[in-house]
Amino acid sequence: MSEPTVRIQKIRRDTVKTRLIIFGTLAFLLLIGSIFSEHLTPYDPYLQDLSNAKAAPSAAHPFGTDRYGRDMLSRVIVGSRASIYSTLLLVAIITMIGTGVGVFCGWHGKWIDTVLMRISDMFLAFPGLVFALAVAGVLGGGLQNAIIALAAISWPKYARIARSQTLSQKETPYLKAARLSGSGTWKIIFKHILPNIMGPILVTSMLDIGTMMMELAGLSFLGLGAKPPIAEWGSMMSDTRSLITTVPWVTFAPGLAIFVSVMIFNLLGDTIRDYADPKSRSSS
Amino acid sequence: MQTEAAQLRQIPRGAADAAERDAAGSDAITELYGDKGAVAQEVIDAKKAELGLDKPFVVQYFSWLGGMLKGDMGTSYVSGKEVFPTFVSKLPATLMLTALSILMTVVISIPLGVLAAVNHDKISDYILRFLSFVGNSLPNFFVALLLMQLLAIKLKLLPVISNGTTLRSAIMPTLTLAIAMSAKYMRQVRATVLEELNKDYVTGAKARGVRNSVILWKSVLKSSMLTIITLLALSIGSLLGGTAIIESIFMWDGVGKLAVDAINMRDYPLIQAYVVWMAIIYVLVNLITDLLYHALDPRIRLGVSKE
Repeated sequence: MSEPTVRIQKIRRDTVKTRLIIFGTLAFLLLIGSIFSEHLTPYDPYLQDLSNAKAAPSAAHPFGTDRYGRDMLSRVIVGSRASIYSTLLLVAIITMIGTGVGVFCGWHGKWIDTVLMRISDMFLAFPGLVFALAVAGVLGGGLQNAIIALAAISWPKYARIARSQTLSQKETPYLKAARLSGSGTWKIIFKHILPNIMGPILVTSMLDIGTMMMELAGLSFLGLGAKPPIAEWGSMMSDTRSLITTVPWVTFAPGLAIFVSVMIFNLLGDTIRDYADPKSRSSS
Repeated sequence: MQTEAAQLRQIPRGAADAAERDAAGSDAITELYGDKGAVAQEVIDAKKAELGLDKPFVVQYFSWLGGMLKGDMGTSYVSGKEVFPTFVSKLPATLMLTALSILMTVVISIPLGVLAAVNHDKISDYILRFLSFVGNSLPNFFVALLLMQLLAIKLKLLPVISNGTTLRSAIMPTLTLAIAMSAKYMRQVRATVLEELNKDYVTGAKARGVRNSVILWKSVLKSSMLTIITLLALSIGSLLGGTAIIESIFMWDGVGKLAVDAINMRDYPLIQAYVVWMAIIYVLVNLITDLLYHALDPRIRLGVSKE
């Protein structure tokens, strides 16, 4: 197949920009919505109303009510805070730890590089979620421990990217010039290396948000993450799954919320990747 | 003491029930005696000494490692049975589920991936890409519950939870795992075939008037197979993790459910055995893939460097 013409390339670039604006806005709305979630709920998400329990979806309760008569729409809205913010926190943690370790290894080299990289190999030899299950299990559940468990298995990927990027930066003439002109190690790392390697790392973390959200919800679903009565989507689904035969909407509402948020973050991640690296677009 | 442990055995609780208690401060001992009311401190200490939980963490680790190397994986705190036989008795169910899921993934995603690549940027390609995107954004436990609602409750085609490891009750867990895996895998198959289709030899063959179907079946698919197989093997890792959640939803009696139950009871020997076994299986699969790669690619076999 022939190379796309300049005109087609420009059209593609413009569509990517449009997509970036659309999905960026959606993700932004989701974040703003979850910050102010407590003020957006039509009802008190923790208020029980047993006379109105297990109500079918209606105009007053679009997602129905659960077994204690709590409004599901309100619970899903409030649940967004735990689900979305813990995911973003998790991704931020693994990005920072991974980048830190990777840059350190790439810059320092020698034995410490070997040791840290073998440790990361060890983590990569385990199927991820299996290891996370065990770590969360031993730590004893809770949203905080679920984040630690997933962070423990996810940082090596970032360390590898950061390390290889740092190694290639180290060989560039400008960096040698910077060293010759007397820049200190910290200045070089923060002013030269980090800004130059952040692109691929940030794209990877954007693409990871969706996966991490699903894995965190999965741990909560198994009782190893957020615990009831805290409204979190994964634990809400697990909490109500025995009702699936009679009132399925109670289980499906938080599921739908996870699906929509993951989809928005995945679309945004894909768009940012396309924006950052136009070559990969035609094949993906 | 073994019988005492057996008497104290509680029916493993579901995730949500276990979650209702604040488990943050609990360890194996409180889990074991938890619901029995006040237990004398001497009993607790004696039990801790028996299980070796009073020793420092490092000592516990090396005594476990020593046993492990001799093939002794310890005894379950909860049931008092040896871990290894328990584990091996549940392994076939999980392997069956994994094998069926891989088979179904291959059957679904390879033809669809090739179809999407051949019809690049046409309507069927867009539909398939959209479906794969949707599949990628669905958590597998949500898919499981949706299938349960649709196939078992609405249409009443299948039992809601499995009653033994029969093929009939394997349908829903297999389908759940295959949907999640196909969504990822189809994209990769499509990208691989598309890359191969863009190579010069394809243009050359077309110019010489070789039929498209011949190019596709004889050349393109043959050379894409290597990458396709490698990618499949790489996705087995996520499949192994996925089986744990899916098995406990569908009450499929395999090692994944065993592990989740063990985690809820803080039954450390079982959890350790699960992690070690899964790592072994994962490494073995990767090794087999490497060997397969060697057998399939003449360039590697003959020691010629690629390109």
